[in-house]
Formats: sequence, structure tokens, C-alpha cells
Amino acid sequence: MVYDSAQLATPAIEEARSILRYRALVLQFVRRDLVARYKRSILGVTWTMLNPLATMIILSVVFSQIFKTDHTFPVYIMAGLVAWGFFSQTTSDSMYNLIGGVSLLQRIYMPPTVFAVSAIGNGLINLLISLIPLSLVMLVLGVPIHLSILFLPVSILALAMFSLGVGLLVSTLAVYFRDVTALYQVVLTAWMYLTPIIYPENLLNPRFRFWVSALNPMWPIVHLFRVPLYEGRLPSLAEIWPALAVGLAVLILGWVVFTLRSKEFPYRI
Amino acid sequence: MHLTGLRPGEVIRLENVSVRYRIPHERIGTFKEYAIRWMQRKVHYESFLALKAVSLSVDSGEVFGLIGRNGAGKSTLLKLVARVLPPTEGRVLVRGQVAPLLEIGAGFHADLTGRENVFLNGSLLGFSYRQMVEKFERIVDFAELWEFIDAPLRTYSSGMIARLGFAVATDTQPDVLIVDEVLGVGDEAFQKKCAERIASFREQGTTILLVSHDMDTVMKMCTRAAHLERGVIRYIGNVQEAVESYRREQTAASGEAEKAIQGTSST
Repeated sequence: MVYDSAQLATPAIEEARSILRYRALVLQFVRRDLVARYKRSILGVTWTMLNPLATMIILSVVFSQIFKTDHTFPVYIMAGLVAWGFFSQTTSDSMYNLIGGVSLLQRIYMPPTVFAVSAIGNGLINLLISLIPLSLVMLVLGVPIHLSILFLPVSILALAMFSLGVGLLVSTLAVYFRDVTALYQVVLTAWMYLTPIIYPENLLNPRFRFWVSALNPMWPIVHLFRVPLYEGRLPSLAEIWPALAVGLAVLILGWVVFTLRSKEFPYRI
Repeated sequence: MHLTGLRPGEVIRLENVSVRYRIPHERIGTFKEYAIRWMQRKVHYESFLALKAVSLSVDSGEVFGLIGRNGAGKSTLLKLVARVLPPTEGRVLVRGQVAPLLEIGAGFHADLTGRENVFLNGSLLGFSYRQMVEKFERIVDFAELWEFIDAPLRTYSSGMIARLGFAVATDTQPDVLIVDEVLGVGDEAFQKKCAERIASFREQGTTILLVSHDMDTVMKMCTRAAHLERGVIRYIGNVQEAVESYRREQTAASGEAEKAIQGTSST
């Protein structure tokens, strides 16, 4: 195997090959973050479950009171929060992991997308774990769990593709500008309120809703995640394709932008 | 343009390699500042050549020393070979697996146990989980850390961490070993063990790139050396000559400094 700086393939393709070769590193990073986060706590990994559970219960109780809909509304909120939590956590982690890892990147070769990809891996574990309290709440509130739940992997795929794409885009920016991490938290807050997570979709007036749902890519993605859980039915094609299409498009965009820029990262910071 | 690959026996080749760092005139660290400057059309960059048209070729089994003052471009050159940095101009060719000896603690996590860190560090070097399982016992044997392997790394002394790092990086014979000022690992007995391992690698054809400010180490270990000065190769070849070239530069530099001090004191 000869490394030749003059004969590298397109960065995006080179990086995809490289991350496949380094899959052991992705697993080790996921493991490290999971273990290191909870190692010195009494309840350990249970926090992964308790933390979102507590947040979800508080928000669900508060907002079900505010919107006074039927008794199943907490499930609506929880399903939305699981999807949103995955998105906000993985995209933020991509940034922090990359910034924290640049010193490593300057010393030893590794595919720089490893930070974003392992953030997604970590998010997937958290998401699967938080499905446990979600189904418990469904049982308690008497929301039947339908077979449509088997559709969930497709919803998660759309969510994960979109999150990875956004994570790569924001972490590219964060390498150049330190305040992007802070700025992004503000963006996330605004973005969450523009997505029907804690309020019912039909709360917005129809004209406003039309525009927001058309322009906010998280809208169809969260919707696709919620339908098989909360509504207990298979999503229609018209509900499926926008989520998958926007997820794939943003993933490709993020991957290409990130890999075109990543050669410069070791020169930065 | 037809590109020729490495000839047999050649492991590293740099062809007219330049590395340019682009440094913003005033350091812009935040997006806000950048946006303001950009609107005022005031984003200026200064480019700085860390390496200028450097060419060199290293064969299998050589211990190649890089010497020069701080900022001469030694670390930049190592980064090119480790494929961490792409060249701005020119071409870099490296055959086989490159193992950098990381500085103490780089890539380790203090809250993980020694065992977990071995696996983490191994995957950083590009090894699969299965390969690491196979290597694990040998690594801990070499580092002599069986007693502490399941204790968190924050309880280790710096010498123990360095031993673990060295053991992971050198368990399998790499094609190129990069040694950047980190040979002072652990106590004397362990240093001897490291030196023996490096010597046996060399006998089996591993190429070693060594950066050191300690001229005794360079003269003792290297078979060939290059003296770098401000991104240019001043001398390449015989170790003795390279060290002398470096020493001449140093005396010249300290002479200048002395003159400068005398100049300021006389006025």
C-alpha cells in the first residue's frame, strides 16, 4: 500500500473508503463516549434513560396541560422529543468531538468524519434506549403499540442521514469560528419552536404552517418518526419520500463540503 | 504528466514539497468578527512557508534524523509523512504502515481503564478489534502493566502511560516509525527495552524518522540525517556533517543575538 499525495481520489470518496476501513475506531469512540460519560456516576448508563425520561415527563405534563388535548398527547410530545433530542445531541456532539479531536488529528492520520459518525452512533444507542421509557408511557396511557412500529428503522434512517449532514456542516464551520458552537445552540432553540415537537401540528394557522412545513426539513422527518408510534399507522408515500430525500440530500451536501475542507483542519486552531 | 512511483527499497519520497500556512493578519477567531471584517473587506492573510521545495528520499531500514532549530519545519515534515498534512505543492509518497509514537497521553482518555485505552489507541493506529484482541497480551506484557491494566488511566504515572503508549504503537512492526523527541520513556531498564525493540525493527527493514534536539542521540542512532533551516534543507547526508552544519547555524545565530544585545547596550 503506497500513499501518494498526488494520486488521491475525490475527497468525498476517499473519505468514505477511509471511514469504512476505520470502523473499529468509530466503535471505540462510541464506546469511549458512552463509558467515559457515566463512569464516575452512581447510576451509570441508566442516566441515558433517566435523563431524557425526566425531561420528557416534565415537558409532556406541562404542555399537555397547556394544550388540553386528549390523554394520549404526552406520547405525541415524547415521540417528538426523542427525534429532536437525537438531532440536537448528535449535531452538537459532532462539533465538540471534532474541536476536541483536532489536536489528535494533527498528530496521527484518521478519517476526520470519524467524529461526526461516532456522534451518530452514540445518538442511535441513546435513541434505542429512550424507546423503552416511551413504550412504558404508551402502555400506561393505553396507547396501543401497533406493528407499524416496525417502520421505525426507516424513520430513523432519514433522521440519522439528516443529522449527520447537518453535523458535518456545522462542525466544518466550528473549526473556523469558535463562536459557532454558541450560535448553534441559539439556532437549535429557535428551530425547535419552528418544529411541532411540544405543540400539535394543527396549532399553527394554515398559511404559516404551510410555509414552515415546506421550509423546515425537520418537519417531515419528525412527522415520519411520530406516525408509526403515535398514530400507529404506516406512513403514506407522500409522507415518506420528502423525509428520506431531504435526509439524503443534506447528508451528501454535508459530506462533500466537509471533505473538501477537512484537508485544511490540521492547519487551523 | 506521468508520475513515477517509489523504486524498490524506497520507502519515503518527497518531491519539491512546499507547505504554506495561511495565517490571517489579525487572528480572527469568531464568526462575528469575520462577518464584520468581511463586510469591511478587511480579511487579509499572510502566507508563511513552513517548507520550501524540499526533496528527499529515504530507503527501507534507514534511521533518518531530522535536526534543526525550532520552527525549521521538522514537525511539518513528519506530519507530511504521517499523512496528517497534505502538501500545498509537490508530492509525498510513503510505502506501508506509518506508526507515529504519540506524545505522552495523546489519544488516551483518563477515565478509561488501561485495557480500554489499549483498544482505543490501537484503533487510532488503524487496527481492527480482532487484531487488538490478538495483540493485547503482548502489549501488556511488554509494558509490564498487568497489575494496573483494569485501573483508570488517571491513576497511572506519566512513565506508565508512556510505556503503554510505546507498547501499543510498536507491537506490530510498522514500515515507518516516527519518533518525535519521545525516547525518554520510563526508567532506564524500560528505555533499554525500547531501544532494543527499535534496533530489531531497523534490522528487519523498518524505516525510522527521528527528530531530536539531542545531538548525541542523533549521532548514536541515525544512519543519515538532514539539517533543516527555515523550511529549507541545508545539508543532507552524513550524520556528522549534518550535526556540524546545525552547530554552525547555532553559533551564527547566537553570535547574531550577542551582537544584537551588545548593539542595544552600547546605544
